[in-house]
Amino acid sequence: MAQVYYEDIAEGTEIPALVKYPTTMQLVKYAGASGDFYQIHYDKDFAQANGLPGVIVHGWLTLSFLGQMVTDWLGEKGRLLKLNGSYRGMNKVHEDIICNGKVTKKYEEDGKNLARVEIWAENPQGEKTVTGTAIVALPSKV
Amino acid sequence: MAGESVITEELNSLLNVEFGPEVYEIEKGMLKRFAEAIDDPNPKWLEEAPPTFAAALVPHDLLHKLFNIDIPLKRLLNGSSDLEYLQPIKAGDVISITSKLTRLRQVPGAEGPTLFMFTEMTYTNQRGEVVVKGKNTYIKY
Repeated sequence: MAQVYYEDIAEGTEIPALVKYPTTMQLVKYAGASGDFYQIHYDKDFAQANGLPGVIVHGWLTLSFLGQMVTDWLGEKGRLLKLNGSYRGMNKVHEDIICNGKVTKKYEEDGKNLARVEIWAENPQGEKTVTGTAIVALPSKV
Repeated sequence: MAGESVITEELNSLLNVEFGPEVYEIEKGMLKRFAEAIDDPNPKWLEEAPPTFAAALVPHDLLHKLFNIDIPLKRLLNGSSDLEYLQPIKAGDVISITSKLTRLRQVPGAEGPTLFMFTEMTYTNQRGEVVVKGKNTYIKY
């Protein structure tokens, strides 16, 4: 992917979407790598006893997918300054998670070329499961 | 407020108490395992922490108390995460984490009360530079 520059973007610019398909195995790997061993993320019986439909994806893992979407877009020269997400709905395993982002503000501050990017993840039903923002610094052509 | 408060004296006593520092040595293997777990193939993450790596630097002292404290609400969900990056975290760094509970908020829900627990974390490297500031909200219901 070509490097994105500050001059390339405008309010409303969409960033390339990223689609992920987490499996139970990935959730187990994530549990091990993050140290989050809460059983709702790999033990179906435990999850259902907690009133959940089944094993659900870690909110942090979905936010990681959104982070990848943003850093893939930023390339070598862009920099992620802030990332946040609210976990509004649940992503189940063996379902697509569709990550999206759109530039909502472009501004200069302290000599840096910044952009605010609205980010969100959807499940296959089109429900937004994680919504948030990323603040990024982009290189300039000038 | 509808219903009885689930915010016990014990829980209230944790407010604004600083926990830590808890120290993590950032090994290359940790970064590689984390990048594999989040399925992000960017080779940059073999040397530098990907954006959500702070999730793996768990402030156990605070969270163990928050998650196991004796209140009537037993089920737990993650509500939100917020990270500000001041410096990259790199392989070989030694990161110290301090954490605190900053706010408690109880709201009535259809199936009973919901409790929001707001936390803040500061991640500092071996040179004393703050590398990441984090906020996380946990929900008990």
